Amino acid sequence: MEKKSIFNAANAQKFLAFGALIILLIFFTLASPFFLTFDNIVSIMLSTCVNGILALGIIFVIITGGIDLSIGTVMTFSSVMAGVTITNMGMPIWFGVIIAILTGAFFGFVSGTVISRLKLQPFIATLGVMMITKGLSLVVSGTKPIYFSDTPSFRKIAAGSILKFGAEGKYSVPNGIFVFLVMAVIAAVILNKTKLGRYNFAIGSNEEATRLSGVNVAKWKTAIYALCGAFAGMAGIVMAARLDSAQPALGAGYELDAIASVVIGGTSMVGGEGTILGTVIGAFIISTLTNGLKVMGVAQEWQIVITGCVLVLAVLLDTMRKRGNK
Amino acid sequence: MNKSADLNLEVRGLKDTLLVMEGIDKSFPGVHALDHCKFELRAGEVHALVGENGAGKSTLMKILTGVYKKDEGKVIYKGKEIELNGTKEAQELGICIVHQELNLMPHLTAAQNMFIGREFTGKNKLFVNDNEANKRAQALFDAMNLKLDPKAKVGKLTVAMQQMIEIAKALSFDSQILVMDEPTTALTESEIDELFKMINHLKAKGVGIVYISHRMDEIKRITDRITVMRDGTYVDTVNTQETDIQQVINLMVGRTIYETANEHNYTDLNEVVLEVKNLNRGKAIKNVNFKLYKGEILGFSGLMGAGRTEVARAIFGADKYETGEIYVKGQKVTILRPEHAVGHGIGYLSEDRKRYGLTLGETVEQNIALACIDKYTNKLGFTDMSSVTATSKDYIEKLSIKTPGPKQKVKNLSGGNQQKVVIAKWLLRDCDILIFDEPTKGIDVGAKSEIYKLLSQLAKEGKSIIMISSELPEILRMSNRVIVMCEGRITGELDINSASQEEIIKYATKREA
Ligand SMILES: Nc1ncnc2c1ncn2[C@@H]1O[C@H](COP(=O)(O)OP(=O)(O)OP(=O)(O)O)[C@@H](O)[C@H]1O
Ligand SMILES: [Mg+2]
Repeated sequence: MEKKSIFNAANAQKFLAFGALIILLIFFTLASPFFLTFDNIVSIMLSTCVNGILALGIIFVIITGGIDLSIGTVMTFSSVMAGVTITNMGMPIWFGVIIAILTGAFFGFVSGTVISRLKLQPFIATLGVMMITKGLSLVVSGTKPIYFSDTPSFRKIAAGSILKFGAEGKYSVPNGIFVFLVMAVIAAVILNKTKLGRYNFAIGSNEEATRLSGVNVAKWKTAIYALCGAFAGMAGIVMAARLDSAQPALGAGYELDAIASVVIGGTSMVGGEGTILGTVIGAFIISTLTNGLKVMGVAQEWQIVITGCVLVLAVLLDTMRKRGNK
Repeated sequence: MNKSADLNLEVRGLKDTLLVMEGIDKSFPGVHALDHCKFELRAGEVHALVGENGAGKSTLMKILTGVYKKDEGKVIYKGKEIELNGTKEAQELGICIVHQELNLMPHLTAAQNMFIGREFTGKNKLFVNDNEANKRAQALFDAMNLKLDPKAKVGKLTVAMQQMIEIAKALSFDSQILVMDEPTTALTESEIDELFKMINHLKAKGVGIVYISHRMDEIKRITDRITVMRDGTYVDTVNTQETDIQQVINLMVGRTIYETANEHNYTDLNEVVLEVKNLNRGKAIKNVNFKLYKGEILGFSGLMGAGRTEVARAIFGADKYETGEIYVKGQKVTILRPEHAVGHGIGYLSEDRKRYGLTLGETVEQNIALACIDKYTNKLGFTDMSSVTATSKDYIEKLSIKTPGPKQKVKNLSGGNQQKVVIAKWLLRDCDILIFDEPTKGIDVGAKSEIYKLLSQLAKEGKSIIMISSELPEILRMSNRVIVMCEGRITGELDINSASQEEIIKYATKREA
């Protein structure tokens, strides 16, 4: 005799994160006159893209109950590889994009193989891959940024705009946001509609039972890490396009923001559950928070402190809600 | 599809041998689980596999279904020797198993669980079609007379329902051999009836069924032949019709066990040690009142989901209750968390030992000592492991827990032996009030009578015991008084002298109009 209401557990999770986002938006709008301007909102969205795409990838791994610490540096290395292909070798842009995605997928595949076949802890395995890709970025680029000066259209991937409105295109929405949203739709379809998504939840829920059901857990787990890597590769492209260069020294630490986005979005680190919508909202919460505090003139050091508090608070609220629900 | 046509012919032909396992040998570190064991199964028969806890029944069947690899021996299936690598190969050959321990993904729905690994996909083989899965699952549930929503999340369902899903899953394969490893431990009488109907139906279709159970009445009722195992070896195979249960039990244990009637002597019940007044929680617990006397065993009977476990968990502080008062030895106490209950001398042995009772990855001794590690820890915080080991050894002997030693990981013990470890844990804790929730679930006859003896002895020593049990003979045999629950309410309280199975069932089904 359960009452069908929209306030069931799954929805409550989304509402919680969504509500938090709305509250933040209202708060900052009241706190600073510079917050709710078109340019500032666009800037929030742009800064969400990279972290958001990373988060979309890592949620798959987190649902298995695992972790991937390497996505930040894999992202960097992917962008360096794109730089090498496009600028140094003069290949077309689309080819560079594919190379970046494949690079990311490759390192995800490596982590996944080590984790699922050689049974290394995800934390350790991906810590290793993180260091490897960090080093490789510096080696391959010769520690110098690679600029995309010969291919001016490359930066349009993130900074260009296919959607303009207002007089003479006064208001233009940068493409990076669309890339992010398209990636989110792809991620949602994979997670909810495909076999990979199904096994993803199954493995996180009870790995042994999944294995006993005749599912090749090692294979699917490897595929999941490779998918996560591919998202990191795509994030590398967006990152490089935003900066119009591949910056080999950047990237470390991005994985933590991505994990934070996923967790704020209501996904549990234990595995077995998680939503794409929650993750997208989580990513927006982080960038809204950072941006809002900046607009309010809060010192950068304090921004980090506050973000940390929000993270812990969000997860705490979510756990309390789950306990209450039982 | 030629192969399956052949196979049908073969099956229809006569009751020929479907499977032969010969000289199967299997060792785990420190345990020789199977010693040149054999087993034979015919098409269209229900074949019981019995033996004490740790006899190797589950292991033998796990080898058959590709979970474990055998060290030695031959498996001949439909006349051909087969060598399995993994469960998938077994399933493809039509060999399926319902495992003793639940193997479900709690975050997935019932239908998703049933069709895991063989999802319905469209032409592209990429996207999963949940509608189709739900439809098939619903059809199967209907055939089983099971009221269950295929879209329900498995983690939210009762253990009994989860068990039924496992069975439905096995049935959904077009299997030739179906192994059921203690499928009824969590089922109610009516669910068991439905299950047996399904079994008979499959049998008529020529499926060979292996039925592992410790419940002799079920074995007598449903099986055609019985194979007895002891300590990893094959003992004998007999026809159920021609055999007396006592004979089977003797074969199992290799000695004679005396099943005695209620041996409990009726101590005067005058000292109330626990009193529960007006306990309430939503629909699960409705106005529950009862008293527990010193030195008695109070049986809690009722159907699955009657609220017995909920009451126990509320008293123990594992769940919150809305209103109500609890008195321990006349004093009103507030129990918000299990620590409080333990502090007042209340111990609780959960029905789902895997989920609540044990830390499976740890050793036997760690589990036994877990609840009272303080006893063995000095002021500096160092634990005296050697005395923990010594005490554990005592209990291993006292309860005859089958393990190579106190340092064995609990997850490597057989199901029944795991249960004994939980009991040892609370015995060591020295609680005055012990709540046993289905204490003999999945435990063999030999161990059962040992546990009964233990319970009686504990009661005689002045401990008070609440025993929740779904097995009526057990309730009638052990209790001084019986409380019957139905839908969260207490519907009857019976004195053991006047209680009978019929009367308990009458109260257990006394639903609110
Ligand atoms: N994975 C494992 N590692 C080590 N020992 C094991 C493992 N699995 C089973 N054993 C041991 O093998 C023996 C046989 O166990 P098994 O589970 O087959 O018994 P069983 O007959 O099914 O008992 P029960 O009736 O209690 O379920 C036991 O002594 C058990 O401790
Ligand atoms: Mg067993």
